[in-house]
Amino acid sequence: MKVTIRNPVRREIAIDGSLKVHQLLAQLNLNPESHIVIRNEELLTSHDLIKNDEAIEIVSAISGG
Amino acid sequence: MQCKKCHKKASVELRRHNTAFCPLHYIGFVNDQVSRNVKKHDMFTPNHKLLLAVSGGKDSLALWDILTTQGYNVTGLHLKLGIGTYSVKASEKTRIFAATNELQLIEYDLEDEMGLGVSLLARTLKRAPCSGCGLNKRYFFNKLALQFKFDVLLTGHNLDDEAATLFGNVLHWQDQALSRQSPILESTHPNLVKKCKPLYTLTEREIASYCLLRKINYQEEECPNAAGAHSLLYKDVLNRIELQSPGSKHQFLQGFLRKIRPSFRSQESITLNECTSCGMATTSQVCSFCKMWERAHKLKAPKSINQPSKR
Repeated sequence: MKVTIRNPVRREIAIDGSLKVHQLLAQLNLNPESHIVIRNEELLTSHDLIKNDEAIEIVSAISGG
Repeated sequence: MQCKKCHKKASVELRRHNTAFCPLHYIGFVNDQVSRNVKKHDMFTPNHKLLLAVSGGKDSLALWDILTTQGYNVTGLHLKLGIGTYSVKASEKTRIFAATNELQLIEYDLEDEMGLGVSLLARTLKRAPCSGCGLNKRYFFNKLALQFKFDVLLTGHNLDDEAATLFGNVLHWQDQALSRQSPILESTHPNLVKKCKPLYTLTEREIASYCLLRKINYQEEECPNAAGAHSLLYKDVLNRIELQSPGSKHQFLQGFLRKIRPSFRSQESITLNECTSCGMATTSQVCSFCKMWERAHKLKAPKSINQPSKR
């Protein structure tokens, strides 16, 4: 699957295989309490399955200084 | 995962509430949270003239959207901070949101008014930018709210902001700061406007989810000065705890507000004076804002920096 991490620094990653949202975030070492996973403008929940041929985006919700 | 209300596919999971919602009912949940907070703390009514500090980020734009949808009369106040392209983009996002939704927006340029933006001010004073930035924001938000005769100043502080601030204040036992931490600060001086934080029970993820579902075009980019900020460390620590123990951030903040803060409030006996330089409320003779800018004035070309005017 194609993963685009939108912020704080935009980057793209390719990951092999299908994964559930919580598995993907764990693999990327991203905390689900502070990240949102989006597929085709649809927000996903932790047990949604992302297939190998799909593209998703991840948004970090954390801001501040 | 299904929506608790309609059993359609859920889009937002709320582990701390052991529930999940579809987009429609999630937007309703967020609106209900804000309505409850406004009512519980007697923050304001539709008859009040409200000024919202708008940065262009998710929190302030979400709050503007929620309150105007609920029928409140909210004017936005955007302070142009002079933090390079970050500030330029923040102003653009704010202007686009205001124009798209036909909302009133007051813009105030720190560099035009004071001769220096946040970045140059920090370099001039040789201090971390965040403290000067926060001081400028608090000062001008209050001053402009008074100048334009608004009843209440609103900010988009969320649960993560408040829990992280509390964490830092407890870690360093900042008793004065603890005594002031509240979702509502009543006016205690003619030159201090009432301040409210209607989003204080919603997390950053919850507010970002609201913006994404409402298609609010907010600034996702992080402030370049925030790198290494303690508040981000505290948020990270609290989110790690939250992951293992959902509801911890909420319990931490609410426990403080319910059980601990009342004892601080009973000890409050702060006498406020008017700053001899600008007339704003202060515990000293000269307020922190004027002291900071007086120092910047001495260090930088004096004629290029304006003095704050008395009201």
